[in-house]
Amino acid sequence: MFPELFDTRPMRRAIDDSLNWVVRHWGDEFEAAAYPLLMLLKAIEDLLIATPWWLIMAILTGIAWLATRSWKLPAVVLVSLLFLGVMTLWKDAMTTMALMITATITAIVLSIPLGVWMSRSLNVRKIFTPVLDLMQTLPSFVYLIPTVMIFGPGKIPALIATIVYAAPPLVRLTDLGLRSVDPAVMEASRSFGTNPSQRLFGVQIPLALPTILAGINQTTMMALSMVVIASMIGAGGLGYQVLQGIGRLEISRGLLAGLGIVALAIIFDRVTQSFGKQLQGRIGLAEAR
Amino acid sequence: MNAMNPILQQGETTSDLAIAMRGVTKIFGDNPQHALNLLQSGKSKTEVQAETNHVVGLDNVSLDIARGQIFVVMGLSGSGKSTLIRHVNRLIEPTAGEIVVNGSDVLKMSLPELRTYRRSQVAMVFQKFGLLPHRSVIENVAYGLEVRGVGKAERLKEAAKWIEIVGLSGYENSAPRQLSGGQQQRVGLARALALDTEIILMDEAFSALDPLIRSGMQDQLIELQKSLGKTILFITHDFDEALKIGDRIAVLKDGAVQQEGKPEDIVLRPANEHIEEFVREVNKARAIHVRSIMEKGEHEPCEASVSKDARCEDVLPLFAEHQWVGVVDQEGRQIGRVTAKQVIKALARYTPGIG
Repeated sequence: MFPELFDTRPMRRAIDDSLNWVVRHWGDEFEAAAYPLLMLLKAIEDLLIATPWWLIMAILTGIAWLATRSWKLPAVVLVSLLFLGVMTLWKDAMTTMALMITATITAIVLSIPLGVWMSRSLNVRKIFTPVLDLMQTLPSFVYLIPTVMIFGPGKIPALIATIVYAAPPLVRLTDLGLRSVDPAVMEASRSFGTNPSQRLFGVQIPLALPTILAGINQTTMMALSMVVIASMIGAGGLGYQVLQGIGRLEISRGLLAGLGIVALAIIFDRVTQSFGKQLQGRIGLAEAR
Repeated sequence: MNAMNPILQQGETTSDLAIAMRGVTKIFGDNPQHALNLLQSGKSKTEVQAETNHVVGLDNVSLDIARGQIFVVMGLSGSGKSTLIRHVNRLIEPTAGEIVVNGSDVLKMSLPELRTYRRSQVAMVFQKFGLLPHRSVIENVAYGLEVRGVGKAERLKEAAKWIEIVGLSGYENSAPRQLSGGQQQRVGLARALALDTEIILMDEAFSALDPLIRSGMQDQLIELQKSLGKTILFITHDFDEALKIGDRIAVLKDGAVQQEGKPEDIVLRPANEHIEEFVREVNKARAIHVRSIMEKGEHEPCEASVSKDARCEDVLPLFAEHQWVGVVDQEGRQIGRVTAKQVIKALARYTPGIG
């Protein structure tokens, strides 16, 4: 046994007490701060549920066609969506999709500026890299429970947990993409008297876009992989069906809802990947690899 | 300032110079000041590097580049030539020295002033082209104008004009990667020319091209310079290229200027062994102008004559028929004459063993 060097109980108690203090005194403020996030999620969810099923199918299939210009991916998307509809999972799928889209949008808004900042400063990168490591490796329940204590069970803690888990790859890939832009092109741009924002928006971001898109792809996938855990604290959707299936030992319910999550994953993974490839081709990076 | 850093004297005629560099020294590393002191106390580049682990990029470089000429800086890789050209538009900050372009001190410019200077006074062409891969050819050519804030219609019109001049009509909407190396560098050249700056910096602009394409681009550059009267600072590692296009040449080694002068001066009177090595390999018949070896004066008119821009290789065939070949200026007046003997003497002068 490792010798007990000092009593850790006071320290632990202090942590517990301070969280309780925060919950008691700042709970309302936190909830108010997260309110816009909840509104966004509600709006997207309501929109998806109110939209007729055939319109959503048409839009997603159309996007798939735009991304590839061939019939294969649209066919895969259509079959996946039909599966969700036939298995009476449509409404749950829309709820899950809303959670994923909201988490992805929030992650994009937060991660891309952070990635830009990291790509420009070595110190910022040194500070945030371990934070990102922590966000990805810390078991999600560890931060799920405090967020539930602060916000109460429901969609908000589910959304926050999903964002915490799904945002890091986008930050990393934004940083990487911006830093790996050909230095010769950057220098040429500098020689023409560009200011930093002209270089960022005119050269760096367009050339890093395929990498950033790969980050968005990762974020959507990781957000989907959180839906079961998120549904434990009230996110609903396909994850809830899986939980119920397990709870009632209804294997069929769990299996079908699980396959529904896979169907969603296939749709969003393939579509974002195809857009990435299309972009790479357009700026001539595909041949270089 | 000590004697190593001659500073521009009051009243010195820098205003008719396009670019004046005085005692420019660049040391790469964390503590360049210490290395600079060592260098100024007379230590060599290798000694400074061994002692301080700092690399000397440029060592007390002073150059005068007059308006309207092609000035070539020639050196092998590692000689500091690419570092030198980047000082002119301050892509690299010098450790010591002074750089005056069109009468204004580049090193004293604030960041906004520097941007304005880059947008309006110096354009640059790069060895690796540096084209924006996500933009079409015409958008690349218009890039400098876009940065300068020129309206869309006007900049596209201007870009189209320059695309035509460099001979890329029909490729306006192609992507850079669809073009060959030579065509891509034409885009790079058009992009620099479209800015209509007085000074153009060319960093090994033709080094990545095939020999035939390169020769064509050199001819085109000479043509363009004649018609536009730009000041061109051209960097190359190729002595033949330097002799072909340069009005003046500076030879750089270990970051220091070894010799500076007209191409003939360098070929006929190499300052040291290092330059002699280059000269030995060179086609002297192409390098030496007949006017620099002719017998000056208004002699009796010769039957055959060449222009004063002719080189030795141009007169050689004429000696099969004629004893004397005249040299005439633009108006057709004879300003001198040469014999085969003089040409042979000039060509043979530095060949080892004959001396």
